Parts: sequence; C-alpha cells; structure tokens
Amino acid sequence: MSTLTAPVRRRPRNRVWWKTALGTAFTAGMLFPVYWMVNVSLTRDQNMRRTPPDLLPLHGTLAGYRLVLDQQLPYLATSLLIGLGTVVLTVALAAPAGFALAKLRPRGGGLLSFAMLVAQMIPGIIMAMGFYAVYLSLGFLDSVPGLVVADSTLAVPFAVLVFTAFMSGIPGELLQAVQVDGAGPLRTFRSVVLPMSRNAVVTVSLFTFLWSWSDFVFASTLDNGGAHQPITLGIYHYIGNNNQQWNAIMATAVVASIPAALILVLAQRYVAAGVTTGAVKD
Amino acid sequence: MDDTARMAQALPAETGRGTVAAPVPVASGAAERRRRRRAQQWTAWGFLAPVVLYLAAFYAYPLYRNLDLSLRDYTVRSFVQGDAPFTGVQNYADVLHDPTFWPALAHTVIFTAVSLLSQYSIGLALAVFFTQHFPLSATLRALFLVPWLLPLIVSASTWSWMLNSESGIVNAALRGVGLGGVNWLTSPTWSLVAVIVANIWIGVPFNLVVLYSGLQAVPDSLHEAAALDGAGAWQRFWRITFPLLRPVSAITLLLGLVYTLKVFDIIWIMTKGGPSDSSTTFATWSYRLGFGNLLPRFGPGAAVGNLLVLIALVFGLIHIRVQRKQYAS
Repeated sequence: MSTLTAPVRRRPRNRVWWKTALGTAFTAGMLFPVYWMVNVSLTRDQNMRRTPPDLLPLHGTLAGYRLVLDQQLPYLATSLLIGLGTVVLTVALAAPAGFALAKLRPRGGGLLSFAMLVAQMIPGIIMAMGFYAVYLSLGFLDSVPGLVVADSTLAVPFAVLVFTAFMSGIPGELLQAVQVDGAGPLRTFRSVVLPMSRNAVVTVSLFTFLWSWSDFVFASTLDNGGAHQPITLGIYHYIGNNNQQWNAIMATAVVASIPAALILVLAQRYVAAGVTTGAVKD
Repeated sequence: MDDTARMAQALPAETGRGTVAAPVPVASGAAERRRRRRAQQWTAWGFLAPVVLYLAAFYAYPLYRNLDLSLRDYTVRSFVQGDAPFTGVQNYADVLHDPTFWPALAHTVIFTAVSLLSQYSIGLALAVFFTQHFPLSATLRALFLVPWLLPLIVSASTWSWMLNSESGIVNAALRGVGLGGVNWLTSPTWSLVAVIVANIWIGVPFNLVVLYSGLQAVPDSLHEAAALDGAGAWQRFWRITFPLLRPVSAITLLLGLVYTLKVFDIIWIMTKGGPSDSSTTFATWSYRLGFGNLLPRFGPGAAVGNLLVLIALVFGLIHIRVQRKQYAS
C-alpha cells in the first residue's frame, strides 16, 4: 500500500455500504439452496406439496428431525467411525512420506510425486470398479475397514503433497542441529518435524474427514448391502424408499452438513489454505 | 465439479532445500561420504515405503483389475470364479457401437464445457468484486464456501427437491413471474440443464477462492498507475488484471476440467442419467453398466471408465506441464 491509495480511501462512505449490500445479496442468493434445505426440513407433511411453497417455516415441525434420531443415528455413527479411521490412516501414511520427499532427497522422489499428481486425476468411479473386483475376491465388501481404505485413496496423494510442501519450509539447519544432538531420523521426525507440522496435519485431517464423510461413490459400490452403512447411503435410501417424507430427507441432509458447518466456523483458514495449496503458484 | 472438493494439488516436491544430512564429526573421506549417502537413501525410502506399498496395492492393483475387466467377457459367475475368457478389445468395440456412446460423449463435453466456463466467469467476477475490501467482505467470502463443503448427496438432493416439477420452489418462482413451470428432472430437454445448474453452484466457490488468491498477487501499484493515466475500471480489468491472471486461470480451468469430467454423484442422484439417457455422461454410464442394473456388465462398464481415465489423463498431464512451466519460470 503506497500513499497512492489515499484517494481511494477517501471514497464516499455510502458507496462502500452499497457494496456490502450487494455482497450480502450475492451471498444470500448463493446460500438460498442451503436455506431451502433447512426450511423444507422443518415443513409439515401436509404443507409439503403446497403451491406456492411456504417461504418461511412458520408452522414448522421437528418431525423430520425426530425421524433422523430414530432411524439415522447408526448411519451417522458409521460415518464418524469411517471418517476418523480414514484420517488416521491417511496421516500415518502421508506424513512420513512428506518428510522423506521434503528433506531426505530420495532418488526417484520426483517420479513418486508425479505418480501422486496423476493418481489424483483418476475418476472415483473407476477406482470403485477396481476396488469392487478386488474386494469381492478378498471378501472385503460391506465392511467398515474396506471402506476406510477405499476412502483414503481420495486423500492420500493430496495429503502427501500438502505435507511435502509444508515440510520443505522447515529450516534444514534446525534439523541438522537436532541430529548433532544425537537424534536419528525417526526421532527427528517424531519429536521435531511432526510437532512443527501441526498446521499441515490439521489441514490434511479436515479435508480427509470431509471427503470421507461425503463419499457416496465408494459407499454405494462397496458397502451397499452392509450392516454398517454411512450417512450418504442413509440419505440415498431415504430418497429411494419414501419419496413423500421430504422433511425427513432434508433433516438428514442438514445433520449430514454439520461437519462442513463446523469446519467452516472453526477452521476456515485451513480450508482456504487447502484449496489454494499448489493450485496457485505463490 | 465432482469432488470439486478434491482440489488442491500441491506443487511437486521441493527437494534439496535444507536437506537433513548426517552430522560430520569424524572421518570425512569420499568413501565415508558415499556410505552416508547410501544410508540416507535407505532412510528416505524407509519413510516412503508405506506409501509406495499403499499406492501399489490400492491404486495400481485396482486400476490393473479394471483394465483386466475391460479386456474379458465377464458374467456374474465368472466374476466370482475369475475364469472369464479373454476377448481383447471386444468390450471397447461394443461400447463404441452402443447407441448410448455418442449421446454420452456429447453430454460429457457439454456438461464439462458449460460448467467450467460458467464456474470460471462467475467465480472471477465475484473474486474481482471481493478484492474491493468493504465491511463484511471477508465473512461473506467465507460463506461462499458452503456449497463446496457440503456433501454432494446433500446438495444434489436439495436441488432435486427445489427443481421438483409440482412442488419445487424454482417452478413456483417461474409461475410467479408468469412463465410456465418446467419438468427439470423428468423431461429429456431439461435434465442436462438441471444437473449443469447444480454443478455450477457447487463449483463456483473453488473458482472464487483460487482466483481471489491469484488476484492478491496482482500488484496494486499497477492499477493505481493505470488509474492515474485515466484508465477506467473496465479497461484496467481487461488490460491489466486479466492478462496477469492468465497463469492462474489456466491452472484453475485445467484442474476444473479434470475434476468436472469425473462428476458422478450429482448426476446420478438427481436424474440417474435419464430420462432416456438425456443426462448420461461417461461417468454415469460406466456406473450404470457396472452397478446400475440387476445384471451387471462389468466389462463394458470398465471399458467406458478406462476411456474416461484416458481423457482425464491427457488433460491432467497438460495441467502438470503448465504448472511445472510456471513453477520453473
């Protein structure tokens, strides 16, 4: 910011407020479907097919949410379990790899990074078909661990690239100093590199959890007949089975959106960092 | 975008800077240095071993099985027993002559092109708008992320209900302004439009965030200088901002392309590719062949999937090339 910005700052005040109003209008328009989801989730069955639909849930009901509590809790628990499992697996695989790629100069490391960039481009539906063939012969279908492994493929390449980018920024002098003090690579990694990479761990964990929580492709192909199904399938069965109870469907959708909302409120800066990591040269 | 979600792609490993070298207290002969370098290689690959094994077992092998599926004549029985006869490219030939092939290809191209261009232009317009800092701009920009963070099944089912012919809010609004309602999801004319609209909604946030951070890198001084020279806002955008943003735009569009090609959830949940294939793309076609019927046709399904991989990889490699080149410069 140079002194040249001065004339810009002296812009009339009402102009600025006009922009805020416009921005608010854009945001409201963008978020209208989200509002509508909440609105429908509170609408009573008999008002569901009114034309025109009620814009506000004035005669609202919590019946939809009661149904969620009755029927969807096992799905939510399964999704939580799968999400956490996927996070643990992904971080455990990706953090050491990121350390090696960033700091240990492995021969062929460039090729490995390249392989991981390419791996991210394979459509999920193709992976699902391959997994189906493999799991069928291994008897892994309809199992929580099977879904954890499949979901982790959504995140591992991304996670390695994030860890590599982050750990490259840790000063080499520091690591050398630790080694002079007698720490081997394993201890250097565990007690210095990993604690310093807290932000990368958070970013990776958030995205991994969100993707695993939201996964529909793997769930619908690999776990369609299982005893433990994730919430995405809970919603999908709902849409298929009782086409009438849209308040229950939308209530489930609202509940399934809670992790996304929490992440946005509590960890927004990590989200922006994750989106732009590498998508933009900085 | 599908996992519009799965955006971010970090840069290639930046090796070299600040390498961990073993301490050098004692001998320093050439042999000793070589020994130490070899030890370091072992350490490095020790740290990499889990991920390498993982990639082999859970990427390479499923992909190999998928390729194998596409080259054999599988039935449900031979799928389990694993003795399907090898038929070469027969599945690919079948797929190519299937009446669904050309419509699916056309829908994939239209879906991808329209989604991408709309997401990009809306995202860019919003990004430029948000660079003018005004009260609440940061909060509002953050709220724009919501559609992108929601599970796709949530967005897709919400849009399904909004676009419902009789009870949807969209048709209610259309009737309210005197236009007739439209059978968004159940008429062959509109189903593709409906899924494109939902997909654009999901993809805008990603474009906004990436382009916004790209705009941050355009120096203010350039704008100020141009403003002093009498250039209007419109001119400044097209003469300064847009050209300087070109590298970021290229990356955003290519990455978006790769991810839009894969979109499956949205279309499947909203229309299942129908009615009568009117919104079928390669991704949904592949799924329908493999999993959508009582009698799965894994071979042709895998063949369609592999064609999709091929297209995605071509653009993916272009993306990596562009990114490398920009990173080098």
